[in-house]
Amino acid sequence: MILVLVDHDRGELDPLSLRALTAARKLGQDVEAVVIGKEAGALAGIVGEYGAKVLHVASHANITDYTPMASGRALKDLVEKLKPAAVLAAGTPRGNEQLAHLAAFLDLPMAAECSEITLGSPHHVLRARWAGNLIESANVHADLLIATVLAFSTEPESANGGAATVAEFEPSLQPADYAVKVLSRDAGESKGGVTLTDAKVIVSGGRGVGGPDGFGQIEELAALLGGTVGCSRVVTSSGWRPHAEQVGQTGTKVAPDLYIAAGISGAMQHIAGMKNSKTIVVINTDPEAPILGYADYAIIGDLHQVIPALTSAIRQAKG
Amino acid sequence: MDVLVCLKRVPLAGGTLILTPDSRDIETKHLGFGISPHEENAVEAGVQLVEQMGGTLTLLTLGPSDAEEQLRSQLAIGATRAVLLETDGQEWDPQGTAGALVDAINAEETKFDLIIFGAESADSAGYQIHIRVAHALNRPIITNVKSMKVENGVAVCDRVVATGREHYEVALPAIITVRDGLNIPRYPSVPGRMQARKKPVDMKKAEARVPKLEKVNLALAPSKSKGAEILGKGVEGVDALVEVLKKIGTF
Amino acid sequence: MSKLPAKAKCVVIGAGIVGNGMVYHLAKLGWTDIVQIDKGPLPNPGGSTGHASNFIFPVDHSKEMTAITAESMRQYKEFGTFTETGGIEVARTQERMQELARRITSGKSWGIDGGQILTPAEVKKLVPYIDETVIVGGYYQPTVGVVDSLRTGTIMREKAQEMGALQSFANIEVQDITVENGEVKAVVTDQGTIEAEYVVIATGCWSPKLAAMAGAHIPLTPAVHQMKDIGPVPFFKDTKGDIEWPIVRDMDVFMYERQHGTGLEIGSYAHRPILYTPEDLPSNATAALSPTEFAFTQADFDIQDEHAYELMPSIVGDENVREKYAINGILSYTPDGMPILGETPEVKNLWSVAAVWIKEGPGTAKSVAEWMVLGDSHIDLHASNIARFHEHHKEEKHIKSRVAESFNKTYGIVHPNEQYESNRKVRLSPYYDREAGLGAVFYETAGWERPFWYECNKDLVAKFGDKVMPRAAEWESRWWSPIINAEHLQMRETAGIVDLTAFAYFDITGPSALAVVQKAALRQMDVAIGRVVYTPVLGPNGGFKSDLTIMRLDTDHFRVVTGGAHGMADKKWFADLVPSDGSATINDITSDYTTLGVWGPNARAIVQAVTSEDMSHEAFKFSTCREIDIKGVKVLASRISYVGDLGWEFYVPMADGPALWDALWEAGKSHGLIPVGIGVYGTTGRLEKCYRAYGPELETEYTVVEAGMQTPKLKEADFVGKEAHVKHRAEKPVAMLCTLFVDDHTSSTGVKRYMMGNEPILTVDKKAITDAHGRRSYVTSAGSAPSLGKHILMSYLPTDLAVAGNKFIVEYLGEHYPCSVAEVGSTPVFDPSNERILG
Repeated sequence: MILVLVDHDRGELDPLSLRALTAARKLGQDVEAVVIGKEAGALAGIVGEYGAKVLHVASHANITDYTPMASGRALKDLVEKLKPAAVLAAGTPRGNEQLAHLAAFLDLPMAAECSEITLGSPHHVLRARWAGNLIESANVHADLLIATVLAFSTEPESANGGAATVAEFEPSLQPADYAVKVLSRDAGESKGGVTLTDAKVIVSGGRGVGGPDGFGQIEELAALLGGTVGCSRVVTSSGWRPHAEQVGQTGTKVAPDLYIAAGISGAMQHIAGMKNSKTIVVINTDPEAPILGYADYAIIGDLHQVIPALTSAIRQAKG
Repeated sequence: MDVLVCLKRVPLAGGTLILTPDSRDIETKHLGFGISPHEENAVEAGVQLVEQMGGTLTLLTLGPSDAEEQLRSQLAIGATRAVLLETDGQEWDPQGTAGALVDAINAEETKFDLIIFGAESADSAGYQIHIRVAHALNRPIITNVKSMKVENGVAVCDRVVATGREHYEVALPAIITVRDGLNIPRYPSVPGRMQARKKPVDMKKAEARVPKLEKVNLALAPSKSKGAEILGKGVEGVDALVEVLKKIGTF
Repeated sequence: MSKLPAKAKCVVIGAGIVGNGMVYHLAKLGWTDIVQIDKGPLPNPGGSTGHASNFIFPVDHSKEMTAITAESMRQYKEFGTFTETGGIEVARTQERMQELARRITSGKSWGIDGGQILTPAEVKKLVPYIDETVIVGGYYQPTVGVVDSLRTGTIMREKAQEMGALQSFANIEVQDITVENGEVKAVVTDQGTIEAEYVVIATGCWSPKLAAMAGAHIPLTPAVHQMKDIGPVPFFKDTKGDIEWPIVRDMDVFMYERQHGTGLEIGSYAHRPILYTPEDLPSNATAALSPTEFAFTQADFDIQDEHAYELMPSIVGDENVREKYAINGILSYTPDGMPILGETPEVKNLWSVAAVWIKEGPGTAKSVAEWMVLGDSHIDLHASNIARFHEHHKEEKHIKSRVAESFNKTYGIVHPNEQYESNRKVRLSPYYDREAGLGAVFYETAGWERPFWYECNKDLVAKFGDKVMPRAAEWESRWWSPIINAEHLQMRETAGIVDLTAFAYFDITGPSALAVVQKAALRQMDVAIGRVVYTPVLGPNGGFKSDLTIMRLDTDHFRVVTGGAHGMADKKWFADLVPSDGSATINDITSDYTTLGVWGPNARAIVQAVTSEDMSHEAFKFSTCREIDIKGVKVLASRISYVGDLGWEFYVPMADGPALWDALWEAGKSHGLIPVGIGVYGTTGRLEKCYRAYGPELETEYTVVEAGMQTPKLKEADFVGKEAHVKHRAEKPVAMLCTLFVDDHTSSTGVKRYMMGNEPILTVDKKAITDAHGRRSYVTSAGSAPSLGKHILMSYLPTDLAVAGNKFIVEYLGEHYPCSVAEVGSTPVFDPSNERILG
């Protein structure tokens, strides 16, 4: 049996977990899912549709929001009880963190960001390194495989399954396990609307935008397309935009339907964060900019002329 | 307050990576070395804490003897001393690395109030060493921190997520991993460099452990590089782009 | 981007400052159909131009370098990309102060004026942020400036395009350069093949790799120059533009500091030599920054940090002024420090324009373009000629060891006679052990170890006393010995044996052999078999390309004997004149033959003692040669003299050398024969006889008439440069080469000083002298004339000033010494009627 940690934010499913479930199914064993936090029990339907027979729900008075070490403890309890062949999660900051706690509790190896998993003795994985530019072939020497699934490496496929059976359990938490947890939240830097990870359309600006003022036209275009604004590292380093908008290896990795990169030359670490986008459009004055190698379409020109023209053309087309 | 920052010597790749002939490592003969981007923020955070509150900042790394170069650079921006756990240059798996760090931390006379890691290494991206160290030292850990302040023995941290910010608090001693954006790391000054040459770097031999996550080899990820279709020059390309957006269903 | 053309007249590979200069100047000289390619993107393809510090100090001790730099500055100014900032070279030692005075002196010789010595306080006035207590003074050159080399390159490329002469292509990787029958044929790239009549390699530190594709050699190595940019500097916060403050060169620690916007760039030539090979350089795609910007290695810069701190504590010592950017930048270095220019000796129409720095780029490009299109350049480029290299110079070991040795001399005080220590004993004459046993002090020429003087002769110094003209000052006694002058005087009394193995020799044979040498030589070569002819070799403009000796050994067999240093360039010059129909062949026998010379009043007696041949004046006339037998060794004997005394040069195969030496040595014992070094042969003996040397006196910019070397009758046969020469003969010469004596050697401190060459000749009121062609008067050669008790200076003087007895001033290390013209033209100041030679 493969146990998949399905991640959620206060009950709201992380869609990348569906990819992890799909990847788990491909290992040819029964799949069961686990969520941490009682409020996620409602995910039994979707988790079942994606092939999990059982949804284990870790429920505990001290798990009221994201509590990563408690997640690790809950997983440990479940692993000891169910003896799965592997525990998987999505290769997100949260997925990686919670499985790392499990691995630390059990003193077992963990393979993060795997694009391919073969169970065996030893287990074998292909995992992403160097911002996805390298693929490591690695053996994992342990009975239980603990691995996260590289974001966007597997397309989510429904198994058309019925709702999973919900099995609630109370993990044997110790005070240290919930010493660190989310105490409060605010909308912070995010503008409330669409977030980078959810956005279907991202319009990103780089050094070529020239300064904070230049982002006005980027925002306008993004809003027109129902998307959100992203940027490159130099933009946040220069203080032109908040860090939450940074796309890349050190920012957020995204894979929207449409990614428009304006005035971004394409440092490796930026490419790492956006290359999985479905369609990539580049607006750049330099026809030799590295990002063109990853683009589907490009306009060679100054974004300060192209973007306003594009915005009005889209307005016109929309009528 | 005594702070420890763990860091890792990594090649500074800026272009296409190439592999060594045995495909075990990336070819570094054209490359310089530095530390991971998040780790620069970690050192900066440590320097700021010691500037504000007094105390010491110790750097700890596991790597080849050449990693002294990276330690000296970070000593130059204000760290107090450094410890280098010297390997034969081979890459260690996360469990081995964490174990060596834990042994070294336990061997230190200083009981660090705060241990800071970068959120991930630029090269191996295993996402676990800091957590293993926290478990071994029985310390709480907050990861992916983008803002932090320490008051009255408590670290108050924010983590940025898709929907906004999450607030955390933890009593010291604790472990925190930080992300790019936490602060603006300073670069060394010449006087800093000169002082750094005189600061102590303890070199200790580290014994390799049998890797449980065993690297077989590396391969270059297939480059997407599909070759962009040029829609036009300047505003001449706009109409064609609008057609593309219609075709892919953007609106 | 349009497709690469299949054909072009000329393909220029490289789009740095040099490649762009080449396309512009070739187009300007009328070439059309030029194709330029570069493996990187435009306008900055990633070579050394892209990270250059871009400042120009106009003065160099080399006339050639200074001329090229001056021409480059002229062009940068024309393109509006030059900002004059002034520059100061500061000294931390008195030794450096003397060197700075020498630099000002060189500047005056080459026409770069305005240099002045400053006190520390005066330096501080110009550069308020230095600590003047660490320096003892400085040299201020107001004409120093900074250029925008990338912009200049773009302008030049665009101008060539506007002329309709050029197509440029970026991101084209050269895979091969094909050659057919020794001529370049095509450039094969990843985007197609371009057939070309000419190919120019302007690829900086990649040049060796490209040359090798065609089977040619460009012996240079990529080497690291470290640079660190710190800032923002509060003192610079109000500066406008890129640069406002003078460039500072901290010469004694081999560093420079220049303000750049609000930052301070600190560069160094003090670190250990860090050398690469072109294969080590990453591609544009794999490079972290650019292919020629490697990661900075701080450990190599630790000491430089401290030195910069010492000089500019208020900036460098500011904790808040931080490193913004630091690189190990890759530059091209050559084993002798000079650029590598010209058509490769291996492949016709394949040209090298390599190891050229920003300060030389546009001027070099113009000169090489002239050379390609017009057959010669206006500026003499002989020291940069790619044909100068001997085979061993092209070996990796030589390149690396010499560059490693000379790297730290980039800002060093390099004595004009300073010898390299590395990669020595590459070529040894057959007498090497005998010479070493006699205490020979070896200098190197073309890899050969040549005795410069012999310590075994040191007793002669006492014998001749003050006649050896002893030198009290350290500078001119460095790399010198009074033994040289003692050997000279003894040779004039008895005889000396001189090892001349370093000569280069090549035979020209075949039905067209006469035509080939006639074409090359100014003098008549259709002479009797057995005649020896000393002749200038001229370039198309009638200036000098060489001077050498040609023996006619048979109707269709000539042997050219020339100096080792310039021998390979001479060989190429002659080889280029050999027709392709096979009617003449050229055969280099340099490594097979050795030469010994014996000269002096007793030379005939010594030689006669070892041969049955009649060596009398009547039987063996001056300027003739023939084979004789010396103790069973067949020897080609040639009765000529470069030292002013009776004697012969003897040429034998290497293996016979020791027997020849031993025979002459044995016979010489009873005739006072001493070993004599090159110090006599190359300087004292030569100068007393007013013999001109190629390089110092004889060069492209002066004519045969000005050198005082025209023949009474012009030969009928055609020769290279004849047309120009005929014109020169008809005109009044603008300048004349004169021999001067120094009238008083006493310096302000009472020490007698002796000039070494390259010093300016000034009027008695200390004004620089410029002739009607804009050429400065300077000392072409200087040295002792022990037989006359004089120190000789040779200099071209404007014709109206070239009058025997006329008084002048020579400036040496910042002081002035009276001198006067002893002789105008080539009449020797010692034994003017050549009685000793013809005796």
